[in-house]
Amino acid sequence: MSHQLDILRVGPGVSVQDLGRPGYMGFGLSRGGAADRLALLEGAALLGQSPALAALEMAGFGGDFTLTQDTRFALTGAPMQARLDGQPLVWNAVYLAKAGQKLSIGAARRGVYGYLHLGGGIDTPPVLGSRSRHIAAGLGAALEAGGSLPIGPDPSNITGLCLPVAERFTGGVVRVLSSAQTMRFSAKARRRFEATSFKRDRRGNRQGVALGFDGVGFTAKGQLDILSEIMVPGDIQMTGNGMPFVLLPECQTTGGYPRIGTVVPQDLPVVAQAAPGVALAFRFVSLEEALESAAPEAQVLDELGRQRRALIRNPRDIPDLLSYQLISGAITGAEEP
Amino acid sequence: MDAKTESSQADMAYPRLSYIGLSGMLLTFSPRLSESANRAALAFAAALKVESWAGVEECATTLTSVYIGFCPQVLSHAALKAKLTSLLDSADWFAARLPQKRRLWRIPAVFGGALAPQLDEAAALAGCTPQQAISQITGQTLRVMAIGFTPGQPYLGQLPQAWDIPRQTGLTPQVPKGALAVAIRQLVLFSAASPTGWRHIGQTAFSAFCPARENPFLLRPGDELRFEPVSPETFANMQNAPDGGASYEALS
Repeated sequence: MSHQLDILRVGPGVSVQDLGRPGYMGFGLSRGGAADRLALLEGAALLGQSPALAALEMAGFGGDFTLTQDTRFALTGAPMQARLDGQPLVWNAVYLAKAGQKLSIGAARRGVYGYLHLGGGIDTPPVLGSRSRHIAAGLGAALEAGGSLPIGPDPSNITGLCLPVAERFTGGVVRVLSSAQTMRFSAKARRRFEATSFKRDRRGNRQGVALGFDGVGFTAKGQLDILSEIMVPGDIQMTGNGMPFVLLPECQTTGGYPRIGTVVPQDLPVVAQAAPGVALAFRFVSLEEALESAAPEAQVLDELGRQRRALIRNPRDIPDLLSYQLISGAITGAEEP
Repeated sequence: MDAKTESSQADMAYPRLSYIGLSGMLLTFSPRLSESANRAALAFAAALKVESWAGVEECATTLTSVYIGFCPQVLSHAALKAKLTSLLDSADWFAARLPQKRRLWRIPAVFGGALAPQLDEAAALAGCTPQQAISQITGQTLRVMAIGFTPGQPYLGQLPQAWDIPRQTGLTPQVPKGALAVAIRQLVLFSAASPTGWRHIGQTAFSAFCPARENPFLLRPGDELRFEPVSPETFANMQNAPDGGASYEALS
C-alpha cells in the first residue's frame, strides 16, 4: 500500500505548509508558507530531516488521521489536545505511529497554529517550488475528510525525543524596526504606539491579524497620498480607521496604507500565535539590536538539533509499565554531546 | 527619535533608500508616480539582476521603487547600502532606457454595457463621452508599470491627465477575473475576482495568473499592452480561446 496519511476528519484551518515561495514578490505573489516558521524548524529538528519538507498546519483545531504504514511524526507550534489510539501525547516531541493507529488532534490549548510533521514530509506535487497552500493566490487544495496525502521516504528512524520550547503562545512585547513610512507618524504617535496595550482582534487569518485597543486611531501625515508600496510579513499597517493590522506570510505584496514599522522576523511567531483576546505590545529597537538576536534559519535548526532531549514520559501515562525493561545498562552522561 | 532627525528624514531628497524589516531595502525614485520614475525603477531593477550579488534573495519593482530582499548574515546592511549607492550613482536612471526582453501584448476587451457597467460614469468623471473614453484607452500603448497586490495583476499606465479620477468612496463587492478598472491615471487588469474601489469599465477574457503553467505569470513589469475593443458577441466566442484571445510580440 502506498505510504500516505488518511484524513478521517479535519478542521477548516488545516493546510499543507512549508517554507513558502520566495522570489515572486515582483509578480505579486507573497512568500506564504508556515505562519509560525520556527515551528517548522522545530519539527525538522525533532525528526532530523530537512526544514524544506512540508507539514500540516492546523489553525485552532486539527483532526483525526491514520497512516497506511508505520510513520514517525512530531507535533510542534501551538500545543493542542493530542492522542494516539487514545493515549495522550506530549507536544514538541517525536513519536512512531503504527499503521492503522488513530491520531487525534483537537483544539489548541494556547496559541493558534499547531503543526503535524511526518517523517519524510508530505509529498504533494510542488507548485512554483513549494507545497504550501496559498489561499489568496489559489495555490494548493483544501483538505477534506476522506482525502489522503502522500508521504515521502523517511531519512531516519529516531523517536522518543522532545524539545524544550520557549513560550510564544500568550503574546507579550514584540520588537519592531522603523520602516520607510515610520517617520510619517509623529513622535507623539510613535510613543503612544509603544505605550499602548493591544489585543488581538477576532479578525485575522494567514494574511494578517487586526489588533484592537482603547483610544483614537493612529494616522500618518499625508497618508491618503501614499503610493501603493511593497509590503512584507511583519509590517504593521494602520488601516483606514487607524487600527493596526500586522501582516503575516500570505499578505498581499503591495498596499497603500501607511506602516508604522515592521515586527522583527524572530518575534513574528508571537504575533501569529496570539489567539483572539491575547495582549500584544510593541517596542522599537535599533537595527543592531534586532540583528544581534537574529540568526539564519540553518543556524537556528542546528541549535534546535542540539537541544533535543530524550522524551521522559510520566509513568502514569504508560498502561503497560511493568512490561518495560526499566534498567538496561547505565550511561555516564558524557555521551551527550 | 528627536524632532531634528524627523524633519531631516521627511525632507530627504529622492532617490531615497529605506530599510524594510530586518532583511529588506527599498530604493524609491519618487514619492509620486511619473513615467520617468517608473522607468528608473524598472531599469535599476534590471541592472541589479545583472549584478546578481551574493546574498540578494528577492528583487521586486513597485510603481516607483525597487525592493531588495537579502540575507543580512551574508550581505551586511552597510555592504548592500554601499553597493546600491554605487550602482545608483553609476547612471542617470531617470534617463535610462527600458530593459530588454519586453513584449507588446494585444488584449481584446469589451467596454461598457452589462459586462463593464461603470464606463459611462468613469467617462463623465474624465470629462468625455463613453465613445471618446474607449478611443482614448484603446488608442494608447500602456505599460505594465508594476505587478502586485495579487499574483500576476498588472497596474497599467499612465493615462492622460484627464483620467486622474479618484477611487469611488464605496467598494464594488466583486468584479470578475479579467475586469479592467480605472482610477488615478491607471488601469488594473484583475487577475482574480476581487472587491475594488476602482471603476469597472472593460472586461477581458485574459488570465494574468495561470498556476498550472510552467510560467504562471503572463505579464512582466515593463511589458507594453494595447486593448482592442470587441463586441459582447465576439467576447462570448473568445472565452475559451487561448489566453482569452490575447497575443504578444517581442519588442526589440
